[in-house]
Amino acid sequence: MTTKALTFPRLFPRPKADTGIWSWIGTVDHKRIGTLYGITAFIWFIVGGLEALLIRAQLASAESTLIGPEAFNQLFTMHGTTMVFLVIMPLSAAFFNWLIPLQIGARDVAFPRLNALSFWIFLFGSLIINASFLTGNAPNGGWFGYAPNSGATFNPGLGMTYWVVGLNILGVASIAAGLNFIVTILNMRAPGMGMFKIPIFTWMTLITSVLIVLAMPILAVAGIQLQTDRVYGTHFFNSLGGGDPVMWQHIFWLFGHPEVYILILPAMGIVSEVLPTFARKPLFGYPFVVLAGAAIAFMGWFVWSHHMFTVGLGPAVNTAFAVSTMLIAVPTGVKIFNWLGTLWGGNIRLNTPMLFSISFIAMFTIGGLSGVMHASPPTDSQQQDTYFVVAHFHYVLVGGALLGIFSGIYFWWPKFTGYFLNEKLGIANWALMMIGFNFTFAPMHWLGMDGMPRRIYTYAENMGWEGSNLAASIGGLILGLGILVFIINVFYSRMKKVMAGNDPWDGRTLEWATTSPPPVHDFDEIPQVKYRDDFWFQKYPETISEYYHDEHDQAVPSGAQIDGDDAEANAELPVVTGSADDHGDEHGHGGIHLPDMSYYPFILAFGLAIFGVAFVTDGLVLFAGAPFFIWGLLGWSMEPVND
Amino acid sequence: MTQAVTTQHHEPVENTSTGLNSRKLLMWAFLGSDVMFFGAFIATYLVYRGKSLVGPYPDEILNIPVTSVSTFVLLMSSLAMVLGLHYVKEGNRGKATLWILMVVVLGAVFMGFQFVEFREFAHEGLTPRTNIFGTTFFILTGIHGAHVTIGVIWMAFLAYSSHTGKLRPDNALDLEIAGLYWHFVDIVWIVIFTVIYLISATDGAPAGVERVIHG
Repeated sequence: MTTKALTFPRLFPRPKADTGIWSWIGTVDHKRIGTLYGITAFIWFIVGGLEALLIRAQLASAESTLIGPEAFNQLFTMHGTTMVFLVIMPLSAAFFNWLIPLQIGARDVAFPRLNALSFWIFLFGSLIINASFLTGNAPNGGWFGYAPNSGATFNPGLGMTYWVVGLNILGVASIAAGLNFIVTILNMRAPGMGMFKIPIFTWMTLITSVLIVLAMPILAVAGIQLQTDRVYGTHFFNSLGGGDPVMWQHIFWLFGHPEVYILILPAMGIVSEVLPTFARKPLFGYPFVVLAGAAIAFMGWFVWSHHMFTVGLGPAVNTAFAVSTMLIAVPTGVKIFNWLGTLWGGNIRLNTPMLFSISFIAMFTIGGLSGVMHASPPTDSQQQDTYFVVAHFHYVLVGGALLGIFSGIYFWWPKFTGYFLNEKLGIANWALMMIGFNFTFAPMHWLGMDGMPRRIYTYAENMGWEGSNLAASIGGLILGLGILVFIINVFYSRMKKVMAGNDPWDGRTLEWATTSPPPVHDFDEIPQVKYRDDFWFQKYPETISEYYHDEHDQAVPSGAQIDGDDAEANAELPVVTGSADDHGDEHGHGGIHLPDMSYYPFILAFGLAIFGVAFVTDGLVLFAGAPFFIWGLLGWSMEPVND
Repeated sequence: MTQAVTTQHHEPVENTSTGLNSRKLLMWAFLGSDVMFFGAFIATYLVYRGKSLVGPYPDEILNIPVTSVSTFVLLMSSLAMVLGLHYVKEGNRGKATLWILMVVVLGAVFMGFQFVEFREFAHEGLTPRTNIFGTTFFILTGIHGAHVTIGVIWMAFLAYSSHTGKLRPDNALDLEIAGLYWHFVDIVWIVIFTVIYLISATDGAPAGVERVIHG
């Protein structure tokens, strides 16, 4: 029985270069993909930040005519959409990509080409949604796209079509990445690394990935329904045809509330790595932090109607969702106390990452507490659609997610690049951000309590809101200045190159065991894991007895010895060895097996992007995308991982 | 030839932390994602049951006997799928190809039924634009039909692979993973058939809405 392998004719040679544009287009290396995610998301962060500054410029004075209502609607819609989908999610994805294989002692993710595909789809999706500005049709229905305001009757332009199409393309990217990280974390752990020995950031990535995989399809459904309503005249949200606009709110928030945990859980993971490192103590109550994260993710599915307390669903529904919302404060509180417990009695060093992480705890707690306030329907009825809500979610998303991400950037920069970010500029960055952030968003609490509505482009002179609004606008500029200092810091540090070494912070997890920056194959030798924080105990075996009281557990890890309890995790895994010094073979990684580069993910994503363009231009454009899509799909499926 | 190949097959041991194959795990996770996708559409259908303001209503237009036949066809395709995988694992190339081809044929027949049904409904005046029943019915069954179409194309490739001898016992997993997808799409149809056809078959005009008989 002879077999002929199916092959697909190549138009271009398989990319092999280590530098140049092809090395990036063809890359399947998780570290390079992480870098691509990080840079792209940071550019969108600047765009979204400038949008915010324009909004604040308009609101700085009463009855301002600076940008006008139509542009204002577009700006707040795109600011929200950009920050959620093009900044915080992909910045988290940058950390997932960079860190997960390093933290679990793997050489790459489970599906490197799928990983590249996720990035390219994300890039094209983000370009499509922002291309709307060039055509003068930026989305203007809010990041939540409430029907019927987002429907064809009240919003006839192309803006919301761009929004729906862009989000659905981004959804494909997110789901593909989420699936990849679930499989990677479950299946690619180093020998001996049971599930309760993986680093806490890896746990939060796993939980976030599960949420992404389950929540993004619901957004896709909402998008498809809105799109068919807008373009093909269906009646999903059209009350004249028997539909119901409230259904949009249910579907959107059924996605939307898990989404906010998708935004915050990775930052919680980052903070849970930074605090133990800079307190020189293990994370307090590791299992509780893990289970609290899982509980938040699970309960996040049962709280969506708290976004709809004023819709009129009735007291029974409102009560049920008020209770479930208040309950979710319990696991969140567990995490906060665990972080405090980690700091307690620790030998604390206040480096920049630590400053950001401690600020995270404080700011996130403020945002969390104002969140518990809205959990009460009578209170929420006063706060709904006011600046109080704006203050709340900026405290959890900027004071929470973004501070966590900045903490992570300062923490892992030496690992990513080999050199430190400058500490003095870092502290200036932190101080300006903290001052600017609180000046911007704290006054919004009282503005909201005083009844100032959100999403309104101006306000009357006699409302007494001018002072607080001016303070918020000035705060926004200070916050922007903080970001500017960060950008300066990146370039300054790159120029000075204060080398960091492999383990500059005395780290606890496996990513610090390899070189900075790591080699293409991550680890010369796949690590053998015996303990949680295994790298720490390899450095300080004398501290093992402080945390493990069983004598059997106290044996010094020899690098090859494996705990019997972890047979499930290590029985089948052969120890892959290979020296990085041996560059004799073709792939240049000392005989270590790595997947070859591939341009098909890029081609496939490009085809998908043209499909997206077809929906905002003309259906005939689909025929232009089909060849790329089919080429990418067939080429990929018949391409061997290694030639 | 087929007898020469040993019928004894055991699952290869996977070099992964869980011992499960990564691609198989990926498909399971994807199906979890797809459950939410269908779930949201099915929930939409259920919320909007009996809310149509104009006809045709489900009790005027749904043809339960005909759809029962197409449902039976789709269920049998899952049986063909199981047999196809069995013979691939046994190394029986001829029978394997035959049964995988049978999956393609039965899937295509189901698609044919759906095409005829859609055309018939349109002829009787029900389109996605007519009423909320039309909207939810066409989009939900259409999305399912798109899943079947992808499955049929996938299975056609696998049938070709089996025919050329590329699909062998040692890579039967290729078919098994496609099979997971196929069975899932089949199971979703059981839910859709129950929810749209069996439960809604007697749904007429909501209270207070006058029924207009369409010519």
